[in-house]
Amino acid sequence: MKKLLFLSILSAVLSLSAFTVFHSGYHVGDTATDFSLKNVDGKMVSLSDYEDAKGYIVTFTCNHCPYAVMYEDRLIDLHNKYAPKGYPVVAINPNDPAANAEDGFPEMQQRAKEKSFPFAYLFDEGQKIYPVYGATKTPHVFLLDAKRKVKYIGAIDDSPRDAEAVEVKYLEDAIIALENGKNPDPSTTKAIGCSIKTVK
Amino acid sequence: MVKLIISILLLAAYTSGQSQEWQRSDLDIYETFDEFESILHIDNDTTYLINFWATWCSPCVAELPYIEALNETFKDKKYKNILVSLDFKKQIDTKLIPFLNTKKIKSDVVVLLDGKSSKWIDRVDPEWSGAIPITIIYNKKKRLFMERQFHSEKELVELIQPFLKS
Repeated sequence: MKKLLFLSILSAVLSLSAFTVFHSGYHVGDTATDFSLKNVDGKMVSLSDYEDAKGYIVTFTCNHCPYAVMYEDRLIDLHNKYAPKGYPVVAINPNDPAANAEDGFPEMQQRAKEKSFPFAYLFDEGQKIYPVYGATKTPHVFLLDAKRKVKYIGAIDDSPRDAEAVEVKYLEDAIIALENGKNPDPSTTKAIGCSIKTVK
Repeated sequence: MVKLIISILLLAAYTSGQSQEWQRSDLDIYETFDEFESILHIDNDTTYLINFWATWCSPCVAELPYIEALNETFKDKKYKNILVSLDFKKQIDTKLIPFLNTKKIKSDVVVLLDGKSSKWIDRVDPEWSGAIPITIIYNKKKRLFMERQFHSEKELVELIQPFLKS
């Protein structure tokens, strides 16, 4: 009986730690990993490819999620405004097409073409990068500085459903803070999004 | 003729009693989180399962049958499901209500329209990242928050049972 109790406590602890691992990932201040992921143009892209970047707007996003779609135009505008200043949007689709066919690589290529994405739209093949970053949903933004130090994590602004009703542009404020050598405040925010789709 | 009218009336009464068609008036629609929040803190003897979902969220839709099945499993207990839809305002009539009818949803359904989610996610639970689905099981003594998808009714039953004993 004692053994059974011990085993059940052990398994509870293990499952709890598994849960914690799942929810781990970067916090503000951590140094984010670089990666080499396939872009919609077929070329491999790494953060180190962006010469003279002062930072990176790493954005986990996808085709199928309505919240991701609602932010497409705002991401395009952000890239067009801030890439010339050294802060490119680097979009990554973390979803497994086996779990959601709309998020396959050919579908990504098609969406990028339809919307004329001016930024890289990369496929996290094998779903290896998003857990390292700790992305839990789309869209989910990680703003990194030139040394890939995480400066801001969270939402693009405070009004996903209605671009007209935006009161606080969290991400843009964070980029401006970075540009001015300050730490973004708030450095983390939350917004509704679609859970990242993987096959169990 | 009278017989015919009576039988038509009877048929009409029968079908209206049978069908539980969802209509807009069946939904509590909350424009702001402030108006909605008390649903997360009902202080009585009932155990509540609150599920945040949307028709556009595939894992949410996939787990709904397991949540729906709880209505039958716990029909003799002080237990209640409340499905909190995060569907968009424009899609209440075009997507949400047809979905509720097609799937013959029996649980209570409310709609939360407050788009400023960054202001209220922590008030639902500080552990919540913002991804859906989430499920909260609570009564006046205990509370459980889960940001995950369920794959069977059994998983839910096992989590709910301790609440019904307490």
